[in-house]
Amino acid sequence: MPDMTAEPTADSIGRRWVDDALFVDPTETSSPVLAGARCPRCATTTFPHQGGCPRCGGAEMERIALPTTGTLWSFTVQYFQPKTPFRSFEPFEPYGVGYVDLGDVCVEARLTVNDPDALALGMPMELVGLPVFADGDVRVDTFAFTPREVSA
Amino acid sequence: MSNDVAIVGIGIHPFGRTEGVSGRAQGAFAARQALADAGIEWSDIQFAYGGSHSAGDADSLVSDLGLTGAPFINVHNGCGTGGSALISARSALMSGQYDVGMVVGFDKHPRGAFNTDPASLGIGDWYGETGMMVTTQFFAQKIVRYMAEHGIGQETLAAVAEKSFALGALNPNAWRRKPLSVQEILDAPMVNHPLTQYMFCSPGEGGIALVLARAEVAHRYNSTPVYLRAAEFRSRRFGSFEVFSPWTTPETLSGPTADAAAAAFESAGIGPEDIDVAQIQDTESGAEVMHMAETGLCAHGEQEKLILEGQTRPDGRLPINTDGGVIANGEPIGATGLRQVYETVLQLRGDAGERQVPGDPRTGFTHVYGAPGISACTVLAR
Repeated sequence: MPDMTAEPTADSIGRRWVDDALFVDPTETSSPVLAGARCPRCATTTFPHQGGCPRCGGAEMERIALPTTGTLWSFTVQYFQPKTPFRSFEPFEPYGVGYVDLGDVCVEARLTVNDPDALALGMPMELVGLPVFADGDVRVDTFAFTPREVSA
Repeated sequence: MSNDVAIVGIGIHPFGRTEGVSGRAQGAFAARQALADAGIEWSDIQFAYGGSHSAGDADSLVSDLGLTGAPFINVHNGCGTGGSALISARSALMSGQYDVGMVVGFDKHPRGAFNTDPASLGIGDWYGETGMMVTTQFFAQKIVRYMAEHGIGQETLAAVAEKSFALGALNPNAWRRKPLSVQEILDAPMVNHPLTQYMFCSPGEGGIALVLARAEVAHRYNSTPVYLRAAEFRSRRFGSFEVFSPWTTPETLSGPTADAAAAAFESAGIGPEDIDVAQIQDTESGAEVMHMAETGLCAHGEQEKLILEGQTRPDGRLPINTDGGVIANGEPIGATGLRQVYETVLQLRGDAGERQVPGDPRTGFTHVYGAPGISACTVLAR
C-alpha cells in the first residue's frame, strides 16, 4: 500500500497517485512520466507495464518510459456518471476521454478538456497530472492529456 | 449437405422489462415455445447448451422443463454466450452423436449501463476509478475515428436509430415500440459524444430458444427447416481496437468481426453479396454502421449512402436488423445472439409479418460483437 500521507502539499492536504505502478517515478508529482513495457523481441509497446508480449508471446518485457507528448487519436466526452468503482469529486462533471498516439502505442487517458468542439483528431497533446477524486483527506491524482500549445 | 444442421423450432419470450418474471422463467417460456414450434416434447430433446450472463444457470431450467437426464451444458461467455451455445450444439449434431437438441439464452439485467469489474479482465482498479471502464466510451471513440476517416455525419447515426425504432414498432416482441424521428434522436441527451441516448441500446431482459436437428431428420420436426450453414466464433488478434483497452496500437488491424464473418462465409460457401437479410450488432447506431462494412456486407464508406437511401430497411437492397436490433429490443446478453437467429428464421420462413423482407428471402447472416473483443457470426439458408 502506498503511504497516502507521505507528501503533504503546502496547504497540508495530502495527495497520491491513483496507482503508483503507472508511473516511472511516482515521487515525481509535477512532471509525470508513464511506465510502459516493450518487448525486446518484437518491439511491441504496451501500457501499463505487463509481463508478457501480446504480439509474440515473449515473457521478458522491458520497463520503459513512454513519451509525454503525442497526438489525439480519438476522443469522446463522458456525460453520465459511471457506476462504481468510478470515483469523482461532487458534483459530477462530464469529462473528456481519449487515446493519445505516442508513436509506438496509443494510451487511453482522461483529457483535461470536456468540450468536444475544443478537441480534434491529430491535435498535439501533452501529459499532466489531474486531480480526480478525494480519498478521505487525500487528493487522488491520475495522468491526463491536455492540448499542447505549439509555437509557430 | 449430409452433415448440415437445421433449425426446426424457435421460441421467444418478449424482450424489454417484464416485472416479476425471472430471467430463468423467460428462458423456460422460450424453450416451451420452441418445443411447440417443432412439435416435440422436452423429453425428445437429447442434449442442450444454454446460458445467461446474470440471470442464473441455464441447466437449472430442467427443474421447470422436466428431469429427463439429458446432458445440459452451461455456457458463460459474455456477449458470445448465445453464439457459443449454438456453435457447440451444431458441433454435437455434426459429430453424429445426437439427432436433436436445444440451445437457450436468456437474461435479466439491472437498469443503467453495464458495469464490469476491471479485475475480471486483468485491468487495474485505477481504470475503473478514473472512469474509463465504460463500454459506451469505446463505441464512441471508435465511431469518432471512423466518421472522420470515411466522412460519415451524425445524421446517419440518427437515421440508423430511426430505422431501429420504426422496426421495433412493427415487432410485437420488441421493447421499444414507439417510432422516433431523426430530430428527436439528435436532440436527445448526449451519452458519449457524438452518440445520444436514443442511439444506444439499454441492458434489458428476454429469452430465446432454438430446437436444432441433423438435416437428415429435419423433416420430422418442421415443414420449413432453416439450415445453419456456418457458425464461427473469433477472439481478437493483435492490433484490433477493442473495448476496455487501456492502450491500443496506432495502426488498427483486422478485428474479430471481420475474422469471424470471413470464416463464416468461407465455411458456408457463399459471400456477403448473396445475403438477403442480416442481423448485426448495433450496440449503438455507430456500431451498425461500422459492422456493415467489417462483416463485408458493404464497402467501408458506402454506409451513409445506403442508410440515407433506405437500402437497409426491409424493402431495401440490404435489409439490416429487421426486428429493430438491440436498439429496439434491448440487450439481454445471453439472449441477443440467438434473437438474431430467431429473427432470421422468421424472415426465411416468411413469417415476419409487417417487417417481412419482400421477395422470398433465402439467405441470412447474423453477427454479434462484445467484450473483450469477440465476435460470433452465422450464415443461414432455406
